[in-house]
Amino acid sequence: METRDIKLTVNGKAHACTVETRVNLADFLRHQLGLTGTHVGCEHGVCGACTVLVDGHSARACLMLAAQADGKNVVTVEGITPAGGLSPLQQSFWDKHGLQCGYCTPGVLISLTELLETNASPTEAEVREVLSGHLCRCTGYHNIVAAAMDAAEHLRVANSAAKGAALGPAKGAEK
Amino acid sequence: MKAAPFRYHAPRTLAEALALLAGSDNARVLAGGQSLMPMLNMRVVAPDDLIDINGIEGLAYIREESGVAGDEIVIGAMTRQRELEFSPLVAARLPLMAEAIRYVGHRQTRNRGTIGGSLCQLDPSAELPTVAQAFDAVIVARSARGERRIAIADFPAGYMTPALAADEVLVELRFRPWSGLHGWAFIEYARRHGDFAVVSAAAMLALGADGSIARLSLTLGGVGAAPLRLAEIERTLTGKKPSTEAFAAACASAGNIDALEDPHYPKWYRQRLAVALSRRALVAALQRTTLQPATSP
Repeated sequence: METRDIKLTVNGKAHACTVETRVNLADFLRHQLGLTGTHVGCEHGVCGACTVLVDGHSARACLMLAAQADGKNVVTVEGITPAGGLSPLQQSFWDKHGLQCGYCTPGVLISLTELLETNASPTEAEVREVLSGHLCRCTGYHNIVAAAMDAAEHLRVANSAAKGAALGPAKGAEK
Repeated sequence: MKAAPFRYHAPRTLAEALALLAGSDNARVLAGGQSLMPMLNMRVVAPDDLIDINGIEGLAYIREESGVAGDEIVIGAMTRQRELEFSPLVAARLPLMAEAIRYVGHRQTRNRGTIGGSLCQLDPSAELPTVAQAFDAVIVARSARGERRIAIADFPAGYMTPALAADEVLVELRFRPWSGLHGWAFIEYARRHGDFAVVSAAAMLALGADGSIARLSLTLGGVGAAPLRLAEIERTLTGKKPSTEAFAAACASAGNIDALEDPHYPKWYRQRLAVALSRRALVAALQRTTLQPATSP
């Protein structure tokens, strides 16, 4: 069995591991780090369930070797979930019934996180273009799109409120 | 659905990669992995040596080079498809590629997939080999023995088989952008967005001062074993006044191509798509001849 020593960051935590070279990133995350939020569906890059962020960009974890993640910064669904609660995007999935069985959901959340970080006001068409890289057999996608649009709106409101709060004391300090 | 064991190599220099490749009887080069990794997982391929070239510096770039024969857009083999998608240089100088890239897989796969990988995989319906064929691109291959330039017309050695020697790596693609008043269009028919095209068509069309067709490039993907330039239609239409009727008459011959067939799409179906899509691509390219590349929709 050929192995390789790798160092990587997963959800902000540094890891130094020995991995079998033929093991893909999805299996490594699940079996070696116990991060079972990343789901494995098709194992050939079609379904999108295993999508994670690698250095900030969405990627199929089944189409990368764990050895290739050496030196990389990986974020999984566990990494976008606040302790003891839901992120605004996850709350919107809850509110809009954006999941049923939930198998595809971790990958979908990762891709939508990438989208919302680069585009605060996506159109429905842009959301659907991103979702084209995910298969969901339950929802028919409509509620996922509704959840994404709802989350974008909530994030915009939260961001403008945060900006307002940040400006407030700064103005006061000028006086 | 787990890859068979292989020896994994992560060379830091191209010279090191080429030496590894020359020293193995059964090696595969791993670029973006969006085709090779599924094939490894499914054990369609089982190399003894997997040579990962992602760690080699200097294989990812998009730049313009000026030469006596004109400008070239030069793209490194490890340039990710997402870099092509968001490159202002590609949008301005290779608008046909900018249009085609949106059909390549999905955002999640374009983040990893590379132009060199697409060309070496050489799927008959893949978009980037079709674009390379449309531009008469030149492929630069390197081995421990030296460097070699291959015209795209000579690059496919057969179905999904590039004309690369076992010890060669594709390192660069060179595109000659079209200048002056011209239009372009890339269209395809697929069952779902992001799926492999059943048939795709790429057209570029330049008009002369008198309004006749001065230069034409028409390519079909998904019809032949490799992307197919329709030289006969190009010759028929060059020098003629462009019109929907002239396009329809010329493109009828695309229905005689000995097209690929599979259980889902019989030969006659692809032939009919070949006729319809080549005509539509020409019409769309003609409509664009009045637009500047930078303001393309």
